[in-house]
Amino acid sequence: MKDSIIRITKMIGLGFLEPVIRLIHKEDPQKNIREIFRKIIAPIASIIIFVFLWNSGANALFNSLSTSKIEKARDVGGDKEAERVAKLIQSAKEKLNGEFIISEDPADLKALENNNVYAVAIAKEDGSYDIKSGLTPAEKKEVPVTLPSPFQTKNAFYTLLIDYKVVRANKASFKEKTFEMNKKRVANGKKAITYTGRPSFVDQIKTSLKTVFAGFLLALFIAVPIGIIVGLSKTLRGSISWIIQIFKPVSPVVWLLLVTMIVTTLLRNSDSDSSFIISFISVGLCSMWATLVNTAMGVASVNTDYINVAEVLKLKPLQKITKVVLPASLPLIFTGLRITLSVAWMVLIAIELLAQSPGLGSFVWEEFQNGANDSNSKIIVAMFVIGLIGFALDRIMLFIQGLISFEKETI
Amino acid sequence: MFTGHKEMERFPSNEVMLDLIDLKKVYPTPKGDYVVLENLNLQIKKEEFITIIGHSGCGKTTMLSMIAGLNEISGGKISVLGSSIKGPGPDRGVIFQAPSLMPWLTTLENVMLGVKKVYPHATKKQKLDICKYYLHKVGMDNAINKRASDISQGEQQRVGIARAFAIKPKVLLLDEPFGMLDSLTRGQLQDVLIDVWNKEKITAVMITHDVDEAIFLADRVVMMTSGPRAKIGDVLSIDFERPRTRKAILEHDDYYNYRKHLIDFLEH
Repeated sequence: MKDSIIRITKMIGLGFLEPVIRLIHKEDPQKNIREIFRKIIAPIASIIIFVFLWNSGANALFNSLSTSKIEKARDVGGDKEAERVAKLIQSAKEKLNGEFIISEDPADLKALENNNVYAVAIAKEDGSYDIKSGLTPAEKKEVPVTLPSPFQTKNAFYTLLIDYKVVRANKASFKEKTFEMNKKRVANGKKAITYTGRPSFVDQIKTSLKTVFAGFLLALFIAVPIGIIVGLSKTLRGSISWIIQIFKPVSPVVWLLLVTMIVTTLLRNSDSDSSFIISFISVGLCSMWATLVNTAMGVASVNTDYINVAEVLKLKPLQKITKVVLPASLPLIFTGLRITLSVAWMVLIAIELLAQSPGLGSFVWEEFQNGANDSNSKIIVAMFVIGLIGFALDRIMLFIQGLISFEKETI
Repeated sequence: MFTGHKEMERFPSNEVMLDLIDLKKVYPTPKGDYVVLENLNLQIKKEEFITIIGHSGCGKTTMLSMIAGLNEISGGKISVLGSSIKGPGPDRGVIFQAPSLMPWLTTLENVMLGVKKVYPHATKKQKLDICKYYLHKVGMDNAINKRASDISQGEQQRVGIARAFAIKPKVLLLDEPFGMLDSLTRGQLQDVLIDVWNKEKITAVMITHDVDEAIFLADRVVMMTSGPRAKIGDVLSIDFERPRTRKAILEHDDYYNYRKHLIDFLEH
């Protein structure tokens, strides 16, 4: 019972809970308390220290920028102006780091009169929200925009969350409105009208995931078969290695341009979504090298004992590959695929940013160009989301690897 | 050359199973050719169990892998029942020093891999019965659905023995199959091996470093000279009755003479 719980938690990447489970079952308390400290308390402490350092750094930047703003105001409008700006900045700072109130009661709007409320979102009946910012236009004008503090980032996270719900409500009502009309249009052989409004942050995440999976699958279907063939034949390895050596280090940007050249030519007469095609092919081409190299290496370095067994049994070439070579090189192939997926996710952001295809990359870039008060905080939120998704993807791959691979304890 | 009267009784057909004629192996090196084996002649009769001892690096394993067809022959000839060998094949089963089971397969699947190949026309049930029979013989009935990576090395080598016997080879080649095991497990596995062999009587050639093992298992112990240019140095017939038990052999008068003979050769 206990052991199977531990095995499952380990499998889904929650291995750090092991000492807690053991402690609950009253097993070796002293050792397990030490383990809890090492695996849970110490990491949490490091997170707290990280947030603290981030906060003080952000504060220092904010203060230095506000000092120069106040000085500038003094130069232009004298002490009185300086005092006014200083006051605005002070109150804006409190609000920026303040609370984000999400409520169903319109009476909560009164909270905006307090000095420590960033915004209030009141739920409407259709699932949408009314958002009122705590910052006055004057405060918005004077507040310095720099590295956001953890609290601002938290508020930006809520802003994005509420925005997602608003967009979702919009989409639902749009669907309702156009339902009858679309029915008629489809019956008349016309295309249905689709929602073309602004995408929410969650939509951007979905688009990015779709692109990265398409790219990953492309890499898988190109790199694994080629890797196997190359790994099996010394001649091919020699003749193809220059391609790998030369193209592996090429920057994602160049791949993007190359793919753009080819795809725009091929799709010149088509009205399909070329930016998606371009970005997923580029992602696939950038990320497939790790899998290609690892597969070839895995196939070429299968334990000679296994090969000898296959030889003695006179297995046919295809049997030899499926029964011996592939299973034996699976651990290395999977290591390659894990690297491929993480590289794909990493270059995806840059590629979306450049290709102007929708997704997290273009979200980050648009926010940066936008330059609103909370743009920087939204970028930091996106950064964490990107990091967490990348981490989750790697865990998923590790999980699948654990299921398929015969080697134990792969980390 | 080394035939005694007892041997005539034991191998009634007297048919030559494996014939090594003027066998030669050369490895080219930057400093010129390195001759591992030269002028190596050995005849092995049907149903005979041969053990080969010699110093490390003298070319025993090279010779065995040449018989298996895994290593090219530089000169001379190897024939099985009169016809020259061409590459590896299931008529010469091999038990390697490392168990070399496929770790991603169960023990049953490991044995089945060879059985499927050798009995392509048997029904599923027949194939399964063959596998189970041999796994039972080596005492692994309880682990047929365990993955090879989940069992101990001794158990893996048991499965290796089952796999080799299950394909019914004409010749069984064993390359220090128990070299990596502790002495207790080694003793057990020698018993398992000789037990299965007594039933099947497959011509066997086994390399070993262990003098006692060589005497216990063999009809003849072949001693190889040290390399380079290794060849057969001496052959000792072991005339104990079969089936043998370890205890009876240790108490036999000839045992220490045989042992002394072998050790004298090795220390020479």
